[in-house]
Amino acid sequence: MQYVPNVLFGLILILGLGFFTRNVIRLKRNIFLGKDVDVSDNKPLRWKNMAKIALGQTKMVVRPIAGILHIVVYVGFVIINIEVLEIIIDGLLGTHRIFSGLGTVYNVLIASFEILAFLVVVAVVLFWIRRNVIRLKRFIKPEMEGWPKKDGNLILYIELVLMFLFLTMNAADFQLQQIGADHYAQAGSFPISQFIAVLFQGLPEATIIGIERTAWWMHIVGILFFLNYLYYSKHLHILLAFPNTYYGKLTPKGQLPNLESVTNEVKLMMDPSADPFAAPAEDAPVPEKFGASDVTDLSRVQLLNAYTCTECGRCTDECPANQTGKMLSPRKIMMDTRDRLVEVGNNIDLNNGIFQDDGKQLLDDYITREELWACTSCNACVEACPVSIDPLSIIMDMRQYLVMEQSAAPTDLNNMMGNIENNGAPWPFNQMDRLNWSKES
Amino acid sequence: MSTELKVPTMAELFAAGQQPEVLFWVGCAGSFDDRAKKITKAFVKILNKAQVSFAVLGTEESCTGDPAKRSGNEFLFQMQAVTNIEVLNAYGIKKVVTTCPHCFNTLKNEYPGLGGSYDVVHHTQFLKQLLDEGRITMEGGTFKGKRITFHDPCYLGRANGVYEAPRDLIRKLDAELVEMKSCKSRGLCCGAGGAQMFKEPEKGDKDVNIERTEQALETQPEIIAAGCPFCNTMMTDGVKNKEKETTIAVMDIAELIATAEEL
Repeated sequence: MQYVPNVLFGLILILGLGFFTRNVIRLKRNIFLGKDVDVSDNKPLRWKNMAKIALGQTKMVVRPIAGILHIVVYVGFVIINIEVLEIIIDGLLGTHRIFSGLGTVYNVLIASFEILAFLVVVAVVLFWIRRNVIRLKRFIKPEMEGWPKKDGNLILYIELVLMFLFLTMNAADFQLQQIGADHYAQAGSFPISQFIAVLFQGLPEATIIGIERTAWWMHIVGILFFLNYLYYSKHLHILLAFPNTYYGKLTPKGQLPNLESVTNEVKLMMDPSADPFAAPAEDAPVPEKFGASDVTDLSRVQLLNAYTCTECGRCTDECPANQTGKMLSPRKIMMDTRDRLVEVGNNIDLNNGIFQDDGKQLLDDYITREELWACTSCNACVEACPVSIDPLSIIMDMRQYLVMEQSAAPTDLNNMMGNIENNGAPWPFNQMDRLNWSKES
Repeated sequence: MSTELKVPTMAELFAAGQQPEVLFWVGCAGSFDDRAKKITKAFVKILNKAQVSFAVLGTEESCTGDPAKRSGNEFLFQMQAVTNIEVLNAYGIKKVVTTCPHCFNTLKNEYPGLGGSYDVVHHTQFLKQLLDEGRITMEGGTFKGKRITFHDPCYLGRANGVYEAPRDLIRKLDAELVEMKSCKSRGLCCGAGGAQMFKEPEKGDKDVNIERTEQALETQPEIIAAGCPFCNTMMTDGVKNKEKETTIAVMDIAELIATAEEL
């Protein structure tokens, strides 16, 4: 019977990690619904970007308050995970604080976890206040209504509960060490939880052990729950920020890629020896669709972008269209892309691995034309994103679909393009008059 | 002011067996828009004064295709690009300077993949270089102590990381450079990019150029400096909308220098 807790712990761990693995596989499957793009170039720069932007949080601190609070939570999250390693080993082997043999190092570690946990609590409370009391503009935009708002708060609640359980566990442990309970050898230093431990003074040893064990179990189960919550939440950024910054755009922000299929067409048109009446070869592939009307037309990097977005809204906050009351919100472009991708993924899962047409697509059912045409392509959203997401590329791909597949540009733009075609300028001026300015006084 | 502009064309130089140091890509706005033509002329005056050997394509120049590409018409963009590249390559062009950040971005970043690789610079970078090489000198005189705020064109700043060249030039005029609350990498768009220049804006509370003009006015400038003919139009309209056109001028960097040098 004495191995029941170990076995139970092992089962919970396998269940938690197994479910998480299943979600990761699904996530990858969904991202791979996008088009393959070659991102194998310039590995050193890519690693550098990841180290700087994701690991080093350099773009977070552009906004100092949110940036510093975020670094607190981020560092807390990463460092406290060392403690989780100990908890897992203890759980599996039935030991208690197996790393305590490290002596002073262990004391310093536990003390720093405690201080970080306390700082995380402070940061999380401030984050909650920013969202719910101060109600910063970027957190109350229309796209944040409903689940996104709930999701944001739930994450804060979960983090708060986890930190509370961690500190309670330590407090009870500390109290048990004080009264010399079996199995609770002197180990660790508890600069924060010693104040909570005061509450346990005078309680029977069994009760304190009960509190310690309950907090210990709830803490690790909570962490496994949180790990699996990620897939259903905007919080995936804690993992995906790393690959996303690695695969982020390396070319100048102003550079849009040239469509290769179009280049081939244009070259053929410019080739004087090409036969204009030649029939396409028998085995010629079906002509590629231009631009994007659904998530499967987007690239894998763009779909990774969508899953990485944590809806912070810095992009939308900097967007000139959004600032002046237009419908466009770059954050909504990313959220819509992700939501549609999830919908397509679920459709595939329900239909034995084959997507059944649901009569919906990203264009119109999620992202309206009005949003797409409001963009000034100014790159403020791209610059603002702390994890290298590129909402502009999706907007441009969808415009491409509207114009090249549907000829559905606004009339003014059609006129402009007609002018370029006819007289080489966006306005109806004769190309032969291009140098007239030099003669005008 | 009445001295005639010397504007050689590539065709003329080619016929005479000469190759200029740099091609001045004028752009559509610089060629046809009445306001932008003044920027073009101011820049040419500086080039003439500095005795830079340059040429324009004149009637052989055509839209780079930027507004078509940003509207989603990749086909039209590439048709324009390939045609322009044929002309540029036929003349053996190595270096291009342009007064329009949109032309600058497209020529610099999007043409190489289609067979057109040139050393492309924005006119503020070019002027800075002339200054550094001592080919032009600048005296503060006219603008000494004037409050000038610089509006970063998106396609010069964020898109290509050029923030300092225009600012260095303004400082060189002994002017007091004042920054707007959104500047450099966080500069707010004027509202013209992405082909917005050629269409009505979508429904909203306000036009983008008004928002940006308000930010500019907060710095209480005497001059709003720009480095893009489209930004210039948008900011000029914004200033007019605020009925400040009698006290606040919107000027291109090239115009500032040409004025300071009494060209």
